[in-house]
Amino acid sequence: MILFTLRRFLGFAATLFVAALVIFWLLDQLPGDPAQFMLGINATPASVAKLRIQMGLDAPAYERFFGWIWGMLQGDFGTSYSQRAPVAGLIWGRLGVTLPLSIFAMIISIVVGLPLGILAARRRGKALDTIVMVTAQTGIAVPNFWFGMLLTLLFAVVLRWLPPGGFTPWHENPGLAFRGLILPSLALALPQASILARVMRTALVDVTNQDYIRTARAKGLTMGEAVWRHGVRNALLPVLTILGLQFAYLVAGTVIVENVFYLPGIGKLIFTAISERDLILVRGATIILIITVTATMLLTDLAYAVVDPRLRERSAP
Amino acid sequence: MNKTTKAFGLALALTTAMAGAAMAQPTEVRIGVALEPPILDPTAGAAEAIDIVVYQNIFEGLVRVDQNGEVEPSLAKEWTISDDQLTYTFKLNEGVTFHDGTSFDADDVKFTFDRIVAEDSANAHKEFYTPITSVTVIDPLTVEFKLDEVIGRFLFDLARGDAVIVAPESADNNANEPIGTGPFAFVQWDKGSRVILEAYQPYWGTPVHLTKATYVFISDTATMTNALLAGDIDGVNNFAPEALAVFENNPQFHVLVGTTEGETILATNNKKPPFDNLKVRQAMAHALNRQAIIDGATYGYGTPIGAPFAPHNPYYVDLTATYPFDPEAAKALLAEAGYPDGFSATLKLPPVAYARLSGQIIASQFAAVGIKLELINVEFAQWLEDVYTNKDYDLSIISHVEPFDIGNYANPDYYFNYDNPTFQALIRTLNGTTDEAKRKELAIEAQTILAKDAVNGYLFELAQTGVWNAKLTGMWQNSPIEGLVLRDIRWTE
Repeated sequence: MILFTLRRFLGFAATLFVAALVIFWLLDQLPGDPAQFMLGINATPASVAKLRIQMGLDAPAYERFFGWIWGMLQGDFGTSYSQRAPVAGLIWGRLGVTLPLSIFAMIISIVVGLPLGILAARRRGKALDTIVMVTAQTGIAVPNFWFGMLLTLLFAVVLRWLPPGGFTPWHENPGLAFRGLILPSLALALPQASILARVMRTALVDVTNQDYIRTARAKGLTMGEAVWRHGVRNALLPVLTILGLQFAYLVAGTVIVENVFYLPGIGKLIFTAISERDLILVRGATIILIITVTATMLLTDLAYAVVDPRLRERSAP
Repeated sequence: MNKTTKAFGLALALTTAMAGAAMAQPTEVRIGVALEPPILDPTAGAAEAIDIVVYQNIFEGLVRVDQNGEVEPSLAKEWTISDDQLTYTFKLNEGVTFHDGTSFDADDVKFTFDRIVAEDSANAHKEFYTPITSVTVIDPLTVEFKLDEVIGRFLFDLARGDAVIVAPESADNNANEPIGTGPFAFVQWDKGSRVILEAYQPYWGTPVHLTKATYVFISDTATMTNALLAGDIDGVNNFAPEALAVFENNPQFHVLVGTTEGETILATNNKKPPFDNLKVRQAMAHALNRQAIIDGATYGYGTPIGAPFAPHNPYYVDLTATYPFDPEAAKALLAEAGYPDGFSATLKLPPVAYARLSGQIIASQFAAVGIKLELINVEFAQWLEDVYTNKDYDLSIISHVEPFDIGNYANPDYYFNYDNPTFQALIRTLNGTTDEAKRKELAIEAQTILAKDAVNGYLFELAQTGVWNAKLTGMWQNSPIEGLVLRDIRWTE
């Protein structure tokens, strides 16, 4: 188990290093000079050159790369070119929006998607099944920014129940902060809930054809009881896999939703930073997202290995 | 009373309380702005977004520009100019303090300008101030500037955001915590979301009407429209023309149409064949139908221009008739220039609606005379590198929003690649002249040369299209300088 854990950690570190290298290299290839962007269209070349030196952009690429890695190992993500403030602080400030937003969206999609999927599977072939599946298909097809716009029009412009966007920091007024996240998390959750409903239905339909359900029926359970006691739990496995994958999509979806609802989250931060060529900020934010995803995968692997010894034997002979 | 009635009563009371609270805030304003400034220090960045928030609100200069583009006193209450035009002596206002409580005096003025022209200065417009050879403190309320050449628009340059007065105690932190002498003090910046300003009570000048102003950053047009309709923001200084129809007939709003300093041009690489040929440039000028471009690209908002000068400027002269829209004349000139079948070129377009739309319209207008354009969409950072810095382009479309920037044409290294010694000499004379009548004459001559030379395709002056709550008054209709001045804004009821 120790050897297994060690191997997984080395793999984790190597993945991060390669990811960092790729991010650094790719962003370095982008046309556009951050110093020129900062100073704008009428700046003199001399001013731009001065600013380049101040920003440390004149050093060779390998020096900047290792300087960046070394800094991060010490917890220093550098100073944003455009905002002249520490990158770590800027990212930290935005997590208070993006994390709750993603989590709310995840909860809504589970609470709405799974029961609908179960309902559709139970009524397979009936009108309700068709209605749920057509709705889910539409939910997947509708872009979440458009759905967000519709929500705003109804709940903010016409009814004036909820704010059309914007965000009040949690420490200022938690109630207002929460209200600000209701519509965006609904917009974000719609496609996810639709996907979950479809996956849940398919998984459950598959399960009902299994031998153990037949056995359970033979032992005298009704179809409903058999599905509920034995089916749902087994059907949840593929759903959980999808759910894990969806988290990454959720984070990506926040970029668009944060723009529609003018929320100061990570997505919007990266979006703006790319257009401003604030490369150090883009790198920092991206690497944090990658760390989050790979660390989750590492933890899942370790958890699986603890639960199921066959896994660690297979990968650590 | 049963539960339902109680709940209903409570809800009613709450709603009434909330409505009451909303009505009791007639001294605050929330303004939607499309671009968030990267920093709030106007002396360290050129982004217009910075000046929109801070210019004349948080920071003030020795002088300022008013709504009509005239220079008027600000921190300096009066000044004298020596006969040789090389010495300016400013008398400063008394009792002025910075928002951190430190006092303002001549030492701060000296510090500000020494900092701008310093070796390691990153001021985006250092070149405006390099002719200053010395700034001398005569007494705490008198300061003297010496110049090594006559600069006709020196006072205007002092009124720019680049020359606002900062204090040695706070200058280094202005990027994120701006401290100035203006009527509004910085309170809070929720990055990615909003900037909050509050009226500064010990303000030295005329008190302002608002107690609080919040700038809300909303980049998407449809989102901004909803935010206005939902009452989340009270106004937008300059809004996308395509969305104005929603507000024009809505009595809750008024649309304020004015002029800007933004001359929109078909930027041309004058050294690159075939654009080094005057006849080719003249042919292109004849092929442009300005009104069609304005109607299509800015929904009719915008004024046709024939030279790079703002129509509201006192020196402006209408040169749109220099090369009127005439496709036949364009074809004839192309044939004379040796391109009877036209030619192909690229048109690089930055990510602003007026540029992308104008590009499509111009491509079809040019196709009619045989010039085939390939449209290339670029991001702004890439535009700056390709077009502006490396001059790697044929044609581009962009609005030049700097006030009085005709001097760029006298710089042969500017991205237009336009090198005309006669014009350069003329601009030198203009810069060295302070006599108004003479300056006007020279400025008109300069515009005429550029129009005749068809250096760029001159398209239109961008309009300023504000959308405001109908109960708000005091907003600037025009923007003769980059900024959104809050001083006169107030609620009428």
